[in-house]
Amino acid sequence: MTDTDRGTQRDRHSAFSLFTQQSLPACKPVLTPEWVIMTFLFIGFIFIPVGLVTLRASHSVVEIVERYDIGCVPEPFRIDKVSYIQDDSIPKNCSLSFKVPKYMKAPIYIYYQLDNYYQNHRRYVKSRSDKQLLHGQNEHGISSCQPVEVNNDRPIIPCGLIAWSLFNDTFTFIRNRAELKVNRKNIAWKSDRGHKFGKNVYPFNFQNGTLIGGGKLNPTIPLSDQEDLIVWMRTSALPSFRKLYGRIEKDLDVDDVVVVHLMNNYNTYSFGGKKKLVLSTTSWLGGKNDFLGLAYVFIGSSSVTIAVVFTLLHLLSPRHYEDTSYLPWN
Amino acid sequence: MDPPSKRTRIERRMDRIIYVLFSALILVSFVGSLLFGIETKKDGGDYGRWYLRPDITTVFFDPRRPSVAAFLHFLTGLMLYGYLIPISLYVSIEICKVLQSIFINQDQAMYDEETKRSAHARTSNLNEELGQVCTILSDKTGTLTCNSMEFVKCSIAGTAYGRGMTEVEIALARKRGETLDEQRDIDTVESREPVKGFNFRDGRIMNRKWVNEPNRDYIEKFFRVLALCHTAVPEVLDPGKIFYEAESPDEAAFVIAAREVGFQFFKRNQTSIQLRELDRSSGEIVDRVYELLHVLEFSSARRRMSVIVRNPERQLLLLAKGADSVIFERLSEEGRMFEAETKEHIERYSEAGLRTLAVAYRELDDDEYKRWEQEYVKAKTSVSADRDDLLDEKADMIERDLILLGATAIEDKLQKGVPDCIDKLAQAGIHIWVLTGDKKGTAINIGYACSLLRHGMKEILVMLEKPGIEAIERDKEEFAKAYKIVEKQIDEGISQVTGESNTQFGLIIDGKSLIFALDKNLIIRFMELAMKCATVICCRSSPKQKAIVTRWVKSKTGRTTLAIGDGANDVGMIQEADIGVGITGVEGMQICYFFYKNITFGFTLFWFEAYSSFSAQPAYNDWYMSSYNVLFTSLPVIALGVFEQDFSARHCLKYPSLYKEGIDNVLFRWIHILGWMFNGVLSSVIIFFLTTNSITGQAFRKDGQVADYSILGLTMYTCVVLAVNCQMALSINYFTWIQHLFIWGSITLWFKFLLVYGSIPPTLSTTAYKVFIEACAPSIRYWLTIILVVIATLLPLFSYRAFQTRFQPMVHDSIQTRRP
Repeated sequence: MTDTDRGTQRDRHSAFSLFTQQSLPACKPVLTPEWVIMTFLFIGFIFIPVGLVTLRASHSVVEIVERYDIGCVPEPFRIDKVSYIQDDSIPKNCSLSFKVPKYMKAPIYIYYQLDNYYQNHRRYVKSRSDKQLLHGQNEHGISSCQPVEVNNDRPIIPCGLIAWSLFNDTFTFIRNRAELKVNRKNIAWKSDRGHKFGKNVYPFNFQNGTLIGGGKLNPTIPLSDQEDLIVWMRTSALPSFRKLYGRIEKDLDVDDVVVVHLMNNYNTYSFGGKKKLVLSTTSWLGGKNDFLGLAYVFIGSSSVTIAVVFTLLHLLSPRHYEDTSYLPWN
Repeated sequence: MDPPSKRTRIERRMDRIIYVLFSALILVSFVGSLLFGIETKKDGGDYGRWYLRPDITTVFFDPRRPSVAAFLHFLTGLMLYGYLIPISLYVSIEICKVLQSIFINQDQAMYDEETKRSAHARTSNLNEELGQVCTILSDKTGTLTCNSMEFVKCSIAGTAYGRGMTEVEIALARKRGETLDEQRDIDTVESREPVKGFNFRDGRIMNRKWVNEPNRDYIEKFFRVLALCHTAVPEVLDPGKIFYEAESPDEAAFVIAAREVGFQFFKRNQTSIQLRELDRSSGEIVDRVYELLHVLEFSSARRRMSVIVRNPERQLLLLAKGADSVIFERLSEEGRMFEAETKEHIERYSEAGLRTLAVAYRELDDDEYKRWEQEYVKAKTSVSADRDDLLDEKADMIERDLILLGATAIEDKLQKGVPDCIDKLAQAGIHIWVLTGDKKGTAINIGYACSLLRHGMKEILVMLEKPGIEAIERDKEEFAKAYKIVEKQIDEGISQVTGESNTQFGLIIDGKSLIFALDKNLIIRFMELAMKCATVICCRSSPKQKAIVTRWVKSKTGRTTLAIGDGANDVGMIQEADIGVGITGVEGMQICYFFYKNITFGFTLFWFEAYSSFSAQPAYNDWYMSSYNVLFTSLPVIALGVFEQDFSARHCLKYPSLYKEGIDNVLFRWIHILGWMFNGVLSSVIIFFLTTNSITGQAFRKDGQVADYSILGLTMYTCVVLAVNCQMALSINYFTWIQHLFIWGSITLWFKFLLVYGSIPPTLSTTAYKVFIEACAPSIRYWLTIILVVIATLLPLFSYRAFQTRFQPMVHDSIQTRRP
C-alpha cells in the first residue's frame, strides 16, 4: 500500500468525508408489522387513559350557563328589541336567579358569553392602535383606528372599533339576601396590564362622539387599570366566545339560590347575538369541555381497532420475508 | 436546429401541479370573496353589526357596494392564500440540486484512479432525471470500450499467431456452453511485466523464437512494416524505455508490438527512421537506418497509409497498411499467395470483436520511383484547389502491385465491469441501444461480450447488407425493393415479439436498414418493435443517424433518455437526449411534501376565515406567516432532497429492479400527488377543528383565562409546524444526524422563535407578545391539545403506509423489509 492509498483510506473515515460521501451512520426505520402493531397499541394505551383522565377533569367542573338577552327584555318590548335597547329612557336593569346544582368550590369564575359576535372580523381586529394604548396622546399611528379615530380633531383615547364597542353589561350577585363579593381585579393578562396599556394614559375623551358604541370608561383611571377594557381588547378567536368578568371567592353550596341583578346595556339584538352569563369552577385543565377527552379516547380506541384489524389481516395472509418470489425480477 | 432544452420531466410536471394549485387558490379566494360579499351586503340591511360601523366604511367593507368589496377581497384573498403556491419550492429545489451536484462531484465511488478525475455534474438541472432513465443510447468505442488498443493477434503469411483469448471470444465460448480451457496455452516463459498496448502471446514469435519459424522472412518484413509505416514519434524518457506519441492508439499499439517482438523504433528525423533490430546472421542487435523518402498519409477516404523507405541495403520499399478491402484490391498476382488464409483470419478476428488491418509491401525499382517522385513532388507543390485529390491520385499510382504480408488484430478492451453494469441496467428494466459503426458480426459479438445480448435472448435481425443487395441508394427501383425488405423484416419482428411475451429480445439493425426504418411510414412500427426489445444494436450507423434515432426514441417513448458518448460523432446524440449521462434516486416525494405542507397551512387559514365571516383575517400573526416557509419547514425539505437514501448504494446495486419505480415514476404519479394534496386538506381540517374545539370556549387554564385570537393562532400554528415536520419524519427512510437536526431543529426553532419574538415590545410583536411564555406554556390543555392534534394528523398517513407496506408493497418496500 502506498502512502497516498493510506491517505485516502484515512480520509474515508474522517467525519467530513463520511458527510461528503453520504455514508454517515444512519438509522433506517422500517415499517415491519411488529412495529406497526406496537405503535398503534402504544398510542391506544397512552391515549385512552389520558382521555379518561381528561374527561374526569372536565366532569369535575361545575358550570352554570344562563342566557339572559331575551329574558331581560320586558314583554312589551320583545317585538322590537332593538329600539328597546337603543332607548336610553327605559331602565335596563333586570334580574335572574338560578339554583346551584352542585357544590362549587371557590374560586368561581364569572364569564359573559357572546354568540354570533365577530370580534375576529378583519375590519374590527385592525381597528386599534397599540402605540396609543401604551403611550397615549399621539397624533401618529392612529390611522389604523378608522373609523373611530378622532373626535373634534383630537384623537380619541382609546381609539378604534374594539374599544368603542366595549361590553358594558354589569352583574351583581346576591345569595341569601347578602351580596356575593365579586373580585374584578386581575382578570386581564399581566403582560397586557404591564406592557400593552399605559399607566399614564387616561381615557379623557372616550365615548364623547355623536354615536356612542358600548361602555364608557372612568376618565380618572389609567388604561392599565381598566381591566374590563383590557379583557375586551384581547379579541376573541371565534364568533362565539366567553370573556372573564370576575371571580367569586366564596364556595357555593348545592341548592343555593343566586340572584343576579344585571344592567342589560349591551346591544346584541340588532345582529341577533346571544348573551349568556356563565359561572364556572375550573379543574387543572381549565373549564368544562368533554371534547378533548372524547377526542383522546376516540383516537386511542381507533388506534387499538386498527392494530387489531392489522393483526388479523397479517395473520390471515402470512408472508415470509425470506420468500422473494413476489419480487419482480424473479 | 437548436438542441432541445434539457428541462426535466419533474419540472414540467411540477409546473402543471402549480397550475392545479393556482386554480385551487383562485377557487378558494373566489368562494371566500363571494361569501364575504354576501355577509357585507347583509351589514347594509337590518343585520346591524353596529360594532363594525357599516355606516362609515371604506370601500373594502362598504355594504352599499358589496360587489366592489368582494372584488377587493378577492385580491386580498389571493395574497392570503398565496401560501398555497409553494414559491419557495423552486428555491429549495435549486438548492437541493446544487448540493446534489456537489455530492456527485465529491463521490469517491465515481472517482477514476487512472485519470485522477471524479464525476462532474455539468448542470445541476438533471439530477432527479437520473432516477427515471428508461432508455440508454450508447456509443461503442470509448464508452463500452476503453479506447485503449492492444495488439493481440496477427496473421503472417497465412499463419495465425497470438494465442490469448479476447473477452469477446471468452463470452462467445460461454454462450456456446464450452468450458474454458483454464490453461490457455500461455507460455510459462512469458511471465513478463504487462506492457500497455500489447497483449500478444505466442511462443513461436516472442523472445526471438520467430527466427526459427519457417516463414521468418515474412515475419521480419511484417514487423518492419509495423515499425516503419507510421507517423509516431519516439520519446526516450529513461534510458532503455521508449514511449511513442502516436496519432491514434492503434498506431501506438503497432509500434509497441514491433518493439516487443524485436524491431525497436527509437529515432526519427525528417529523412530517416532508425530501428534497433536483430541481425539474423550474426545474432547481434544492430541499429539500422532506413532512409525515409515519402509518407503517404492516412485519410478516411484512402483508408490506408504507406511509407517509401530505402533500407540499409539500398533497396527501395513501399510499406503499406490499411483496411483489408482496400489492400486486397491492390495486390499483385504474386502477392496474393496468402490471400485466402488471411481473409479467413480477418473474418475470424472481426468476429472476435477485433479491429483488423492488412499489411503489405512492395519493392520499387529506382527508375519507376524516380518517375513517380517527379510527378508526386509536382503535385505536392501545386497550388490548385484539387491538390489533395491530385496527391491521392499520385499515391494511388504507386500503391499497387503490393505483396500481402498478413493482417493485424487489435483489441479495444471493454471497459472494466461493462458486462456486469449492463446486466444490472437490464435488470433495472432499462432499454439499451448501442449505436456503433462496427460491422454486424463484430457488433453482435461485442453485444454478447458485454451482456447486451444474453443467453436465452432471441435475436431479431433487420439487415440489408446481404449479398445481392448492394448499391441501393442510387437506384429508384432497388430503393423501393429495399424498403419492402426492411418493412417485411420489421413486421416479422413485431409478430415474433408479440407472440412470445416471456422471452427477451435483442434487435440488430444495420445502418442501411435504419435509413428505411426511420422513414416516416415505418418509424412507428419500427419503434414499436424496438421498444419491446431489451437491447437494440444499430451497426454501421452514421453520427447523423445516431441523433435521429435519439430524437425518435425520446419522442416515441415519452420517457427519459440518456445518451453516453465520448467522441465528437456523439454530440448530436447527446444534444438530442434528455440527459447527457449517469444513475439512481427516488424523487418527487420532496415536491409532494411541499404541496402537503403548503396546503395544510393554507387551508387552516381558510377554515379560520370561514369563522371570521370571510373577512380575510389571517389566523396567525404576520411574522408567523412569513417565517413559515423560510424558517420552520424549509430545512427538512432540503434534507429530504439532498440526503435521503431509501437504500444504500450497495442495496441499489444488489436489487437493480428498484430502479423500475423510478422509470415508471411511481412516486410522482398524479394519484400520488393528489393523495398528498388530500392528506394536506385532511391535516388542515384535523388541526383546525380539533384545536378550536379543544381550547376555545371554556377556560383553558386553571386560573380561568380563556383562549383568545392570539392563543388560538399560536396553538394552531404550533400544531401545523409539528404536524408538517413529523409527517416529514414519517416519510423519511434514512436518518442521520442531519435529518434529526433539521427536523427536530425546525420544531425547536419554532419554540425558540416564540420565546424571542414574544419578548420584544408589544408594538412590534403585537398579538404574539408573551403569549407563549405567559399564556400557553403553563397551560396543560395547550400541550395535551398539540399532542392530540399531531398524532391525529399523523395517523391517516401512518395507517396508509402500514397497510400498503404490508399488503400491497411496492418494490422498495419489499426490499426495505428484507433489509438486515
